[in-house]
Amino acid sequence: MIAHSIFFYTFSLIAIVSAIMVTASKNTVHSVFFLILDFISISCLFIMIGAEFLGMIMLIVYVGAVAVLFLFVVMMLNVAQQKNQWFAAKDSSKHIPVGLIISTLIFVEIIIVIGGWKYKPELFDINNSLAQSSLSNTHSLGQILYTDYIHIFQISGMILLVAMIGAIVLTFRQRAGVKRQSYIKQISRERDEGVEVLEVETNKGVRIDD
Amino acid sequence: MTEIGLGHYLTLGAVIFSIGVIGIFLNRKNIIVILMSIELILLAVNINLVSFSIFLGDLAGQVFTLFILTVAAAEAAIGLAIIVVYFRNSGTIRVEEIDKLKG
Repeated sequence: MIAHSIFFYTFSLIAIVSAIMVTASKNTVHSVFFLILDFISISCLFIMIGAEFLGMIMLIVYVGAVAVLFLFVVMMLNVAQQKNQWFAAKDSSKHIPVGLIISTLIFVEIIIVIGGWKYKPELFDINNSLAQSSLSNTHSLGQILYTDYIHIFQISGMILLVAMIGAIVLTFRQRAGVKRQSYIKQISRERDEGVEVLEVETNKGVRIDD
Repeated sequence: MTEIGLGHYLTLGAVIFSIGVIGIFLNRKNIIVILMSIELILLAVNINLVSFSIFLGDLAGQVFTLFILTVAAAEAAIGLAIIVVYFRNSGTIRVEEIDKLKG
């Protein structure tokens, strides 16, 4: 139990500090790295309390895909030269007290709700599958994910498809002056437009216009 | 203090959520950091769902965490695509210079 608390405090401290550094660091690339550290420590917490599948999925999806996507965009957009300090802009400092007040209020409200919250022991039945089954977390998650939640699962697949198509459509652009291969044009070429018979006079040569 | 219960995890979620909200408000750099703050907020929600799911013994929370993960990935992809297009058109993604809507 003492190991559990030591691990919890270590990982949550790392997570909180790196979350602060995400918002506070001046360089955007550093923010992305701290975001990766945050995700890693939270997924360690998930693995520690018994949600192994979600912890691993968080590592794969967030660290492997989302954070790398952020890193790509940050490096592609050349924001390194416009990194600046958020206190220097003169109309930015009026946002700071408002933001602090609002987020402190949200935090206090959530803490009040958590502190006053008690669940009755009979509120949830102890006969559920998680408490007594000998299956692993991944196994039991898969058993309900593909049966009870199959529709939501497929809808989330559709969401990913729409996001992929949307991202491609948004960032696609036709550049001028780029030569592309057109199969239809190549296949549907006739002999008449490809070959031309010329009468070549002596000592004149042929000039081919391209 | 040494017994780690549900309240500890919920408090961690609350702290990360509040840091995300602060990040949205205080950010004056570029809009990518705002997207990262939204990711932090979704992460806090995921912490809440997973800890409730573990401590109450109901797997539905973890399933919904999976779906939140899906939606977060889709949102990040679309948001970053919009940012790329905006940067291509206007040449800046600084927050105080994005005022085309005059909001």
